[in-house]
Amino acid sequence: MKNIFLLVAVLLLSTSVFAQKKNAKVSFEVDGVCMMCKKRIEKAALKTKGVKFAQWDVNTHKLSLIIDEHKTNTETVKKTIASIGHDTKDFKAPKEAYDNLHECCKYRDEEVQEDHKKKN
Amino acid sequence: MKRFFIVSIFLLISSSLFAQKELKGVIKDKNGPKDNLGVYGANIHWLNTEVGTTTNKKGMFSIPYKKEYRKLIISFVGYKIDTIIVNSTKPINHYLTESNTLEEVAITAKKDATQRSYLQTQNLVTINSEELLKAACCNLSESFETNPSIDVNFSDALTGTKQIQMLGLTSPYLLITQENIPSIRGAAQAFGLTFTPGTWVESIQITKGAGSVINGFESISGQINTELVKPSTNHKFYLNAYGAMGGRFELNTHFNQKVSEKWQTGLYVHGNYRGEKFDKNSDNFLDNPLAEQINVMNRWQYTDAEKGWVSFINFRYLDDSKQVGEVDFNPKEDRGSNTVWGSEIKTKRFDTSVKVGYVFPDLPFQNMGFQAAYSNHEQDSYFGLREYNIKHQSFYSNFMFSSIIGDTRNKFKTGASFTYDKYDEFVSAVMNSNFDRNENSIGAFFEYAYDNADNLSVTAGLRLDYHNLLGTFVTPRLHMRYVPLGRGVLRVSVGRGKRSANIFAENQQFFASSRTVTIENSGGNIYGLDPEVAWNYGVSFLQGYKLFGRKGDVTFDFYQTNFSNQVVVDWENPQEISFYNLEGKSIANSFQVEVNQNIIPYFNTRFSYKFYDVSTDYKSGNLAKALQAKHRFFANVSYETKTEDNDASWKFDVTYNWIGEQRLPDTNNQLPIYSDSYNLLNTQITKVFSKKFEVYAGAENITNYKQKNPILGSDNPFGANFDTTIIYAPVFGSNFYTGLRFKID
Repeated sequence: MKNIFLLVAVLLLSTSVFAQKKNAKVSFEVDGVCMMCKKRIEKAALKTKGVKFAQWDVNTHKLSLIIDEHKTNTETVKKTIASIGHDTKDFKAPKEAYDNLHECCKYRDEEVQEDHKKKN
Repeated sequence: MKRFFIVSIFLLISSSLFAQKELKGVIKDKNGPKDNLGVYGANIHWLNTEVGTTTNKKGMFSIPYKKEYRKLIISFVGYKIDTIIVNSTKPINHYLTESNTLEEVAITAKKDATQRSYLQTQNLVTINSEELLKAACCNLSESFETNPSIDVNFSDALTGTKQIQMLGLTSPYLLITQENIPSIRGAAQAFGLTFTPGTWVESIQITKGAGSVINGFESISGQINTELVKPSTNHKFYLNAYGAMGGRFELNTHFNQKVSEKWQTGLYVHGNYRGEKFDKNSDNFLDNPLAEQINVMNRWQYTDAEKGWVSFINFRYLDDSKQVGEVDFNPKEDRGSNTVWGSEIKTKRFDTSVKVGYVFPDLPFQNMGFQAAYSNHEQDSYFGLREYNIKHQSFYSNFMFSSIIGDTRNKFKTGASFTYDKYDEFVSAVMNSNFDRNENSIGAFFEYAYDNADNLSVTAGLRLDYHNLLGTFVTPRLHMRYVPLGRGVLRVSVGRGKRSANIFAENQQFFASSRTVTIENSGGNIYGLDPEVAWNYGVSFLQGYKLFGRKGDVTFDFYQTNFSNQVVVDWENPQEISFYNLEGKSIANSFQVEVNQNIIPYFNTRFSYKFYDVSTDYKSGNLAKALQAKHRFFANVSYETKTEDNDASWKFDVTYNWIGEQRLPDTNNQLPIYSDSYNLLNTQITKVFSKKFEVYAGAENITNYKQKNPILGSDNPFGANFDTTIIYAPVFGSNFYTGLRFKID
């Protein structure tokens, strides 16, 4: 009986270990407007340990990631991205970080948004 | 009491007057659950004002209201931005839509026909099909006329073949690939570029300086890769017809067909014909060859996007023949004659190749590729009494795996390649006229690429090859790209290349002369010669800018190729052509400034100045390379009218070249030491009637500049002074052409 209990415990543990994928595909929205934002967002994402691949779409604002779930999770990436000035649904960028963005990247500003739309 | 009452009323009235009106509302998620409490943290503000707020935890907000505000903007990351027109303070109940349900935004920005890359580590210029159409004619060798990175020269006075040069070195020092498979090499060197019809070309990538190690060790001055049209993206039916006053006619037809969900096929047929005899300069020699070519390619494309497989299978057959020489030469009667000089060059070539690519569906950064190609190239030719035949069979295969180390800032490519070349060569102009050889090599490569996703990237490649005739050797290549600030890009490259010189195939124009052919044996494995080895160093700076609101860029390139060994082609003695290994120095320096400037929309200009300093230690001393202009100037102006609703437009293109004086080899004083500088002017007009149909007309060499004496000793082609190789300017004067393109999608 004790043995069975141990086995079950091990099995449970191992499944929970395997549930963390080495190459997990995740994506979420990150606010931004331009190619400079793209560079900044992707760079910040890649600098997060455990992020292998990052691609941000300037039109859909979708950030696609491939992450090693042993090393990181979306929360961490979102926090990192917020810390350099870009909003996600769950984490707003702090004011200082947002204010530090280049003028053309002030994505909360209606005029900046309109301006980029025109260019497209 | 009464007073108090009045004051109260006043106060009440005034407060109601001065109190700001408030607009209240709730913001909810359209796709949210039924018990939706609203969206927390949505940004609400009035258009063109600083007045704004955010929603609370329940999705509710209140915002000051004034009649003149009117437009309320509601935005929230991940959702579509909404604008609501507000006329009263009536509470708002608004639903946001998630933005990923938006339709994709179509980007319609116009791509430039030629693009200098800001992002690539290597100094890469891409010529797309639009640029290729600027000079309508006709095959790959003529596709570089509007691009200053490549110089187009003439190889000889007979065949009119155009020879390309980069960094002051001829095309054998370039690695020319077709969809990354080495294609124009060995026996195909002399005419290979004329065997790819222009309409088959989708785009061309030109890399200056040391290229990547992936495609082999042979490239020295750069790489030119041609992407061909693909069955999946090319027109269902395409027809291109061309005719020139010089007697040249070309016809191209493409058929592309979807066979099944995953298979697509394309059939591409090219034919060209030149049957009219011209001798405008009355030297009794044809100005242009009589020529015929049939060229057929069949491609199969397999795509399984879900599973990540892509594959191409190609078959190509070519039959080309040229006749040059004296106007009255009749091959049937006069072949082998020592009174009428003539020459025929007949080439048959068969190619097949397979490419398989696999992208790991869950890992976009990881892929594998395999390529294999086989070709059989046979050239039978004679030049007067000299015979030259070559058969070259070649097999090439390459496997590559690419992935990342940690994250996509660190990428690598690794793999192995195998090549086999079998040459059977017969050269009547030398003793022991049979030159047969087999070459095979096996090699492995590793290329590491670092990119900090911002302003620095480095590519370092290394390959190790074992070659039966060249030995075992290492080929290192290094590229670096740095963006100091803004739109400036600094590039540096260093690399080594090694190759066996196919002295006869590459220099076969010399057979059409009375020069005796000498090879000075140095005990090497290839024609008794040692292989060529060179290092290439390059620095390039690209700066994008805006001038009066118009986009432009300027590039400075400096490259040096330094040979540690070379097969020197020495024709400084007018009676002789000799091949020997370099003893001493051989250096090619090149400097180029290029400016691209947009003037008004659809009106673009390109200017370039090039300086070449190419010198070699010959047996007779250090000399500047013959037939190489030290200074060249290039200008291209193109204008397009705005496309009308029915897709009609006009396109205009003018290209100007100034070619400085060139040193001529010793000709026993038949020609001066330096040629004159001259101008070349080409132009083309295209009228697009619709997406389906367009017509073009053009003129080449409008100023009608001709070399006065292109064939030395033309009065006695069997005498000692006969020479057709000293050619520095066009033989044929101005030429006018017209053509049409018809497409069905």
